[in-house]
Amino acid sequence: MISYKLITRTVITLLGSTAATLNAQTIAITGGKVYPVSGPVIENGTVIITNGKISAVGANVPIPAGAQRIDATGKIVTPGFVNSSTQLGVQEIAQVNDTRDMTARGKDNIAAAFTVWEGLNPNSVMMAPARKEGVTSFVVVPTGGLIAGQAALVDVVPGTTTDMLVRAPVAMVAEVGDPQSAGLNSRGELIVKLREVLEDTRYFQSHRDAFDRAQTRPFAASRLDLQALIPVIEGRLPLLVTVDREADIDAAMRLARDYNVKLMIGSGAEAWMMADKLAAAHIPVLTGAENNIPAGFAALGQRQENAGLLRKAGVEVALIGNAGGGDEEAFNVRNLRQEAGNAVSYGMTWDDALRAVTLAPAEFFGAGDRVGSLQPGREGNVVVWSGDPFEFTTRAEHVFVRGREYHEKTRQDLLIERYRNLPATHNTPPPQ
Amino acid sequence: MRAFLCLLLIGAGACASAPSQTTTSPTPRDTTQADVGRGATSTPNADPFPSTYVPFPSRTTVIRNVNLLTAAGPLIRNGAILLQNGKIAAVGATVDAPADALVIDGAGKYVTPGIVDDHSHLGVYAAPGGNALSDGNEATNPTTPQVWAEHSVWPQDPQFPRNLAGGVTTLQVLPGSANLIGGRSVVLKVVPGRTVQAMKFPGAKYGLKMACGENPKRVYGQRGGPSTRMGNVAGYRAAWIRAVDYRRKWDKWNADHKGDPPTRDLGLETLAEVLRGNMLVHNHCYRADEMAQMIDIAHEFGYKIRSFHHGVEAYKIADLLAKEGIAGSLWADWGSFKMEALDAVKANMALVNAAGARVIVHSDDPSGSQRLNQEAAKAMEAGAEIGLPVSEDQAIKWLTINPAWALGLDDKIGSLEAGKNADVILWTGDPFSVYSKPEKVWVDGALLFDRTDPSQQWRTDFELGFVPFTGTSR
Repeated sequence: MISYKLITRTVITLLGSTAATLNAQTIAITGGKVYPVSGPVIENGTVIITNGKISAVGANVPIPAGAQRIDATGKIVTPGFVNSSTQLGVQEIAQVNDTRDMTARGKDNIAAAFTVWEGLNPNSVMMAPARKEGVTSFVVVPTGGLIAGQAALVDVVPGTTTDMLVRAPVAMVAEVGDPQSAGLNSRGELIVKLREVLEDTRYFQSHRDAFDRAQTRPFAASRLDLQALIPVIEGRLPLLVTVDREADIDAAMRLARDYNVKLMIGSGAEAWMMADKLAAAHIPVLTGAENNIPAGFAALGQRQENAGLLRKAGVEVALIGNAGGGDEEAFNVRNLRQEAGNAVSYGMTWDDALRAVTLAPAEFFGAGDRVGSLQPGREGNVVVWSGDPFEFTTRAEHVFVRGREYHEKTRQDLLIERYRNLPATHNTPPPQ
Repeated sequence: MRAFLCLLLIGAGACASAPSQTTTSPTPRDTTQADVGRGATSTPNADPFPSTYVPFPSRTTVIRNVNLLTAAGPLIRNGAILLQNGKIAAVGATVDAPADALVIDGAGKYVTPGIVDDHSHLGVYAAPGGNALSDGNEATNPTTPQVWAEHSVWPQDPQFPRNLAGGVTTLQVLPGSANLIGGRSVVLKVVPGRTVQAMKFPGAKYGLKMACGENPKRVYGQRGGPSTRMGNVAGYRAAWIRAVDYRRKWDKWNADHKGDPPTRDLGLETLAEVLRGNMLVHNHCYRADEMAQMIDIAHEFGYKIRSFHHGVEAYKIADLLAKEGIAGSLWADWGSFKMEALDAVKANMALVNAAGARVIVHSDDPSGSQRLNQEAAKAMEAGAEIGLPVSEDQAIKWLTINPAWALGLDDKIGSLEAGKNADVILWTGDPFSVYSKPEKVWVDGALLFDRTDPSQQWRTDFELGFVPFTGTSR
């Protein structure tokens, strides 16, 4: 029992005051239409960021002397967006194995102990394009197998992974869609396997001393995996289950009920079919609004109204990329705002869509006290948009993460500079 | 949370290296645009699977009080369009409509030509997917000009009606990119058909799919080759050398009918048709340096590349594309998923456009194909950001007349002009807004999709019973 307590204390909660993010400057964003998300819209509002944190938000907020002023008149001010389903930083180039670190080998398709963020590359060239379009935080999610591992929520700041981490772990991730990918043969077997592992976790938890004396029966998972699952059966760490078919969602809900697991549904193509049940069980869903293709026999009911219908039924929804192409988990993490626009186009309210890319995912992953809204004490993750953030013609004009504004050129910007004016020869253009 | 779309499903089977034969070097041909379609003599049976397409019943329809993005001139505000006998009869500030015409009040919405996606795998990689429906890559040999995509198309692919609901009225279905030469494409109308012939665009030229770079060498690297890019190029050249030889023999026999005709070869027949200008080459190619080499190969053997597909580095050789008259069928923002896609920039389309080359927004994706307008909008914004704004009048061409040109159909579709086929979309708003969707879609004047009317929403056989019908999910 002693060692178990030590283990559960390894949850990291950094307070964002590391050297890379320390910023003594005070910033006053004035005149904009401010969407705090945690409260009603403020016309002609002011947002003050002090020492990297939001210090004031409101209509009649005094501007501290010496503050750097950003005139947001005619513009929209929102919290930085949170993309809650990415492999950003753990998959640079999908087809270059050397850059893929999102899938653990595990044992028998169980990798609960896998802490994906330990392989995160903060120097990924994907970070800047995401931030440039207003994504200031993301959840890095492990993939593959039956239990893929643990996810973390990070801010898009330069520095080390330690600097970036907001909270880790934020969820245990399991995939219950494809028996073959988990080395099994039927959907029911997936659930049996999960139950077995959770049973063993319970037993392991209460017989730890016997285990250490090698006096326990064999378990379905390794010691580290069982340890990692203890917070899941204690209801302290959510279990994010990637699952599409209605029947499979239902099975995951039964399992969650039996083991008091805090369940979240990811992908959830057919979640709309049982929206009322998900709402009654307070189970959040992470899904997108750009897929309507019956892309497999587990997703025949896939439709773009999914997110809107779920919200209408009272389900908490976070929007993620679900079009199924275009590298929306890495290079195009930035397209979260397009997802939100499509969600609105297919029935979600605009305010709900904004919440679904900011505070909703932050809350799902236990970081609502850090990111996702404009309130005093929250990280200074703020975006000033030239217009409706979901529209293509809109630009993220100012992006602050932990109170620092980022304007650095992306790798794409550098390529464009180089090739903007092509010389008459086929030589590489000279520096411009 | 989903597997990245990978069109490279590796099939089983042995792999032969492309046989090579020496022949006299061909005379480089004039590769101007007029050249395409010039072909005189053809194969013994040029059209063995003829189109049986018949337009669906239509009624004379006038849409008034709409903004028309015509792809043939500036936006017409508050204008009108008349669809009659399957054709666009009139477009303008006002049009005269017969008394019995169905009048639709556009209420300030937008009308555009139907979208043309020149890079689709609908039908050949049909939903719901899996091995049973994986029919897009004949990955048994790196050179398979003998295969025809239409023989893989499943007309009941539920992705077809979704594409139509996204405003796509014409599709080029291509074989995949596993092979150096992947086979013939087919141009389809996005209409319900019992047979693929009933979907085939009458009179459309065939395309030839070729592929550069990583895919062929990855698929064949451990299966007899090619395993390198230089192996790829040797493979293309070996195939064209044989094709030149074959064409010469057949052209001679066609001219004099002396002796027995040469033995037919399905693959070489296709390649010879390309050399005669009767087919259009669609070349999957990412990198600038490889595109330049493919252009040289085309010059060497006297064929013309109609469009480079994907071309994430097209902006690096936009001048060359403009000079050669080759279009770029491009993505707005896909990139970085493999080494050869690393240098993707969102301004690619704007830069290629500014250089004077034809830009086409293509999909290679059943989901993206439904939102090509959104892809164009992203690319427009990327242009604006670097000081190369793209007007809606120009961007609509990327979706319509330019891909129509790539298919050799720009005289029939792709713009709102009198006499053209009445492939028309009525949008719920400005098509470049994230909030706009096609409300009604006409193909040859027939209303085949109406978002407001579930009875006007095509469902494939597969969907019956399997897919819950919601009537709004499009």
